[in-house]
Amino acid sequence: MLKQFGKIGLAGLVGLTGVLAVVAFTTVTTVETAQAADISGAGATFPYPVYAKWAEAYKAKTNTGINYQSIGSGGGIKQIKANTVDFGASDAPLTAAELEKAGLIQFPMVMGAIVPVVNLEGVKPGEMKLDGKTLADIYLGKITKWNDPKIVALNKDVKLPDQAIAVVHRSDGSGTTFNFTYYLNAASPAWAEIGVEKAVEWPVGLGGKGNEGVAALVSQLSGAIGYVEFAYAHQNALTHTDMVNKDGKTVAPSLESIQAAAANADWAHAPGMYLILADQPGADSWPMTAATFILVHKKQARAETGKAVLAFFDWAYADGDKLAEDLIYVPMPDKVVDLVKTEWKSVTDADGKPVL
Amino acid sequence: MTDTTQRPARRSPIQFGDPLFKGLTFFFAMLVLAILTGIVSVLIIDSIPAFKEFGPAFVWNSRWSPALDIYGAFVPLIGTIETALIAMLIGVPFSFGMAFFLTEMCPHWLRQPIAVAIELLAAVPSIIYGIWGLFVLVPIFQNYVEPALISTLGPLPIIGHLFQGPPIGIGVLLAGIILALMILPFVTSVMREVFAAVPAVLRESAYGLGATRWEVVWRVVLPYSRVGVVGAIMLGLGRALGETMAVTFVIGNAHRLSLSLLAPGTTISATLANEFTEADSPLYTSSLIALGLVLFALTFFVLAVGKKLLLRTPATGGRT
Repeated sequence: MLKQFGKIGLAGLVGLTGVLAVVAFTTVTTVETAQAADISGAGATFPYPVYAKWAEAYKAKTNTGINYQSIGSGGGIKQIKANTVDFGASDAPLTAAELEKAGLIQFPMVMGAIVPVVNLEGVKPGEMKLDGKTLADIYLGKITKWNDPKIVALNKDVKLPDQAIAVVHRSDGSGTTFNFTYYLNAASPAWAEIGVEKAVEWPVGLGGKGNEGVAALVSQLSGAIGYVEFAYAHQNALTHTDMVNKDGKTVAPSLESIQAAAANADWAHAPGMYLILADQPGADSWPMTAATFILVHKKQARAETGKAVLAFFDWAYADGDKLAEDLIYVPMPDKVVDLVKTEWKSVTDADGKPVL
Repeated sequence: MTDTTQRPARRSPIQFGDPLFKGLTFFFAMLVLAILTGIVSVLIIDSIPAFKEFGPAFVWNSRWSPALDIYGAFVPLIGTIETALIAMLIGVPFSFGMAFFLTEMCPHWLRQPIAVAIELLAAVPSIIYGIWGLFVLVPIFQNYVEPALISTLGPLPIIGHLFQGPPIGIGVLLAGIILALMILPFVTSVMREVFAAVPAVLRESAYGLGATRWEVVWRVVLPYSRVGVVGAIMLGLGRALGETMAVTFVIGNAHRLSLSLLAPGTTISATLANEFTEADSPLYTSSLIALGLVLFALTFFVLAVGKKLLLRTPATGGRT
């Protein structure tokens, strides 16, 4: 009997060791990531197609690998704050105050278009159009059928079925959602109750993980509508719709309409380069244009890594334009790139010396 | 037992063999306790901030808003229970029937192939079930099954509430059905073993007394193997409560409470899989860990109730 009690005491002790082992394990994995020769990043799924292309080309040229996990902007921000990756990526910019608090700098990398995608039999890409108010009503659950008078009014020559709309949104924290809800909020007063965030309380719909997840759900579900970055619509052969923009003109997503929306952007006077490109004026502007951002620590514990990260983005600004445009992403104008490079001067090593 | 094995060991040249083996097995057994203690401590410690903020109301609050930093476990908790219940309602009778057929009625040459097929089903990774559900079952459900359910069961009083809304295929019902398929092989193979362990003499005596097949099963086989059958069901339930990937694919991942089984919902494990990497505020992370703790408590509660049920009815023989 006594022996039994001794054993129970021992079990408690072993239990404690278990906890310690878990802690030790976590530490080991962190160290391992840090020692990898390649540079690692995590975040937005929105620019993932172009980052993947860039990484491939850069690896072929310099032999430096880029390990980018497209886990969503929320995750990217979390991981760079926790310092488990060398750079974070987000489509929802951090405010200057947030950057200051976390010791990060942020710079825009490329611009792209968020497009509504639908799965309706017989409807071809670009055949349908929607406006902000109607799109908001669909996502608010106020419009539930495809043959709703409000949709029909916009699409007189499209045959719309008497079918329930399956609304698809993101299930993860997403910069795409941030920009999308920002636009809906600007276009429809009713959206105010939902708010503008990376993840909101959706009144209707299904959640898909990442741009990939939303694209997969929409292509699977007849009668579905979702919102994805244009490259995903393109790669998955999804049916995107045109949009009526702020000036009341119908536009299609394209390099030109993204550029038109970006034309008004005043990066020089945006503190911390915080700028949202949704719902811009201009007859040709795509209303759901978004820039996607990179986040790096101001103070780099290992100057070599910091330098390698900036070198990659330097190369991307210089030689990546063609690859981006192939996927309908708009490269940043040279003027903006100059601003970014000035910003890079504030990235230093542990002793405060600039890494570049 | 130990005394008889220790005596010859004293004469053996490998004197330390037995104590070493005993110590080793003791260590492995204790390791389980250690891991369990570790997991529970981490869950409790890390969920403290969430419970501090929301109190016990965390469990029955149905709002989940990362935007406002408000979290409640109710929707995923209900989703977890709902899907597991559907899975058990469908899976257990099927498993019982399959196990019964295999041990009692199946011709000998067919027994082995079916048994192997069932075990192979258990080896299919859960993500395959998820993809299959999304690509194959969703269109079938959307176009045929759900419209039929809505038009036949939808107008009925009370039960009709469970079958309303637009047919989109993805939802709690489909998740439950996929779970049923996933637990089927586990429950069946355990039940089969348990049934096979019933001594032939009991069965034959019953038949000899003129009992029908049904009476043999209901009065002899089942009472004898009750403990094992409940164990098999608990094993299935445990898997259904915790299954993640397959459910994430087909449940819709929506934090919304709905009476309809056709509406999208979420489960605790699906929520964890979806949101853990993105949780960017400490309260968010803590709430997710608290969700894990709720799931742990739920599973523990279910297992405890299962055990209690077993202990209350006196065993009339049978295996544990």
